[in-house]
Amino acid sequence: MLYNVFIDPFLQMVQAPDLLVQTLWEGLVAGVLYALIALGFVLIFKASGVFNFAQGIMVVFAALTLVGLYEKGVPALLALILTIGVMYVLAWSTERFVLRPLVNQPDIILFMATFGLTYVLIGLGEFIFGGNTKTMITEQLFLPKGAIDVQMLGGRVTFQKLDIAAAVIAGAMVAGLAAFFQYTRIGRALRAVADSHKAALSVGISLNQIWVIVWFTAGIVALVTGIMWGARSDVSFGLQIIALKALPVLILGGFTSVPGAIVGGLIIGIGEKLGEFYWGPLVGGGIESWLAFLIALAFLLFRPQGLFGDKIIERI
Amino acid sequence: MFYREAGQFKSTYESDMAVFPIRQDLIGVLAIIAVAYVLIPMTGKFFIGTVMIPFLVFVMASIGLNILTGYTGLLSLGTGAFMGVGAYACYKLTTIFPGVNILIWIVVSGFFSAAIGVLFGLPSLRIKGFYLAVATLAAQFFLQWCFVRIPWLFNYNASGAIEVPARMVLDIPVTGPNATELTRYYVLLTMVVFFTWIASNLVRGRYGRQWMAIRDMDIAAELMGIRPLQAKLLSFAVSSFYCGVAGAMMMFLWYGGGEASDAFNINLSFNILFMVIIGGLGSMIGCFFGAAMLHLVPIFLKFGLPAIGFPIGGATAEHLTHLIIGVLIIFFLIVEPHGLARLWATGKQKLRMWPFPY
Repeated sequence: MLYNVFIDPFLQMVQAPDLLVQTLWEGLVAGVLYALIALGFVLIFKASGVFNFAQGIMVVFAALTLVGLYEKGVPALLALILTIGVMYVLAWSTERFVLRPLVNQPDIILFMATFGLTYVLIGLGEFIFGGNTKTMITEQLFLPKGAIDVQMLGGRVTFQKLDIAAAVIAGAMVAGLAAFFQYTRIGRALRAVADSHKAALSVGISLNQIWVIVWFTAGIVALVTGIMWGARSDVSFGLQIIALKALPVLILGGFTSVPGAIVGGLIIGIGEKLGEFYWGPLVGGGIESWLAFLIALAFLLFRPQGLFGDKIIERI
Repeated sequence: MFYREAGQFKSTYESDMAVFPIRQDLIGVLAIIAVAYVLIPMTGKFFIGTVMIPFLVFVMASIGLNILTGYTGLLSLGTGAFMGVGAYACYKLTTIFPGVNILIWIVVSGFFSAAIGVLFGLPSLRIKGFYLAVATLAAQFFLQWCFVRIPWLFNYNASGAIEVPARMVLDIPVTGPNATELTRYYVLLTMVVFFTWIASNLVRGRYGRQWMAIRDMDIAAELMGIRPLQAKLLSFAVSSFYCGVAGAMMMFLWYGGGEASDAFNINLSFNILFMVIIGGLGSMIGCFFGAAMLHLVPIFLKFGLPAIGFPIGGATAEHLTHLIIGVLIIFFLIVEPHGLARLWATGKQKLRMWPFPY
């Protein structure tokens, strides 16, 4: 038993390094995509203190809108632009009709309100575009197809071109967001709001405007995530489950940290795939569904605020 | 006019601390219980089977979650799994000891759930808030995985489902295919009334006060001499006990068997949480309101709208249900963030003053 848990998996890794590389790569890609969803959470949590449960459904809704518009005869690029518009409308109406009336309420109430938002988006999406599964329009958006096989380490490792594109786009987006936060006027305002609502208000930053921007940014992140996930599987409401997968990423990295979301995503993605591949068979497989949570839980017991989260200081 | 405490003098501490200090409240509750026992059974099979039985099960689970989230302030998303533990424990117990009264096993299965709850409650000593909510999600997914992957739990059935055996109490079939809606309803009602009574006394007493102190500020509570370890774990235990009993009820008295691993999924956890928050955190009557609202609105949309002349198809109805529930949740949160229970309290206060509000 001990041998099977502690020694055998590592022997397997050494004996078949090509499989190890393949597993690591898959974990990396999954991790990047988890990180993207977590990024959407973090953006909103930092700026408005709202734990946005609707992020997962926003991913689905964005992807669904894009595909739905395309199916209705709108050219792909125009559909993309229109979808961005829809995400803006969504952000604006969320701020206007959900957040603004609920300002200054306890966290759990805002959390609950995003649940309501989730249901509204599910209903709207099903109502407008139907509940059936759709295929993501990959070629029309100039995403590459096929795979590259690389001979290495005495075996063959397959890289899906789509996965490479996903990793590159995600990386570019994170860099872009970081630059946006660091160097633009709006970015500075966002960081100020994240630091302290009251102080930001007192220097004349409009909270409402900032919230719209943040939700819009999270909507764009959701759209990109939706395109990537949709291309890997299908566009369906089942996709919102991946939002739950992003939660361990969040607590691992800390709710308030953008780099935390990225690093956490990679740790969870890789850990999950390695665990499933090497240790999963011992207990009958399927451990992917909870392994991530256990990894995150173990981290939390040592660092309650996550890896990079702000230190929680409590006073009476 | 008819609802006020004028003239009701309290001469002992006991009467001052009674659950219903106003006599009209007591009469009202007794009237509601009487209606539940006498009038509702006359409404027929359909109403009892689709409305009342699920409603009572949800009330039980909401009370459980409310003790944890509403009274102790620990957010949990693992309710569904704890309910599942109760259902599987009850199933194992009644198949191993078929001679024992099934009602005893339904209650005892709560203790198994409580033990699991304490285990997953341990992290709550170190982490709190949304971090804890995610930690309880670990319980949800891990336990759900166990329900599917450990065949011992469902007695190596080929279907992987719980097959509820027929059990008699006093020669009346209570579970299984022969049990009528009415029997199951009476059993459920009696248990829910009993456990609501226990819970409402528990939260008014010493432990309830400890929990509320922890909820309001745990560091201050600790400084005042409340031991967070005991209080939090006890809260997890009691809460999981209620959820476990609710799960056993759900499987044995409502579903009557079926894909248990599907029934106790994350959506159930979320649903119970909605009920608690919409009903009112930290309020017993809120559990009833929340369960009623979130259970009845979809039923109304499904059966009520076609009946009054809105012909909508099955799929559209489902989409509309999502949309309407979402809007309702947001609407109620905006109107009254403290839940329906607060609306109820406001209404009662208004009634006390009526018709001379000054």
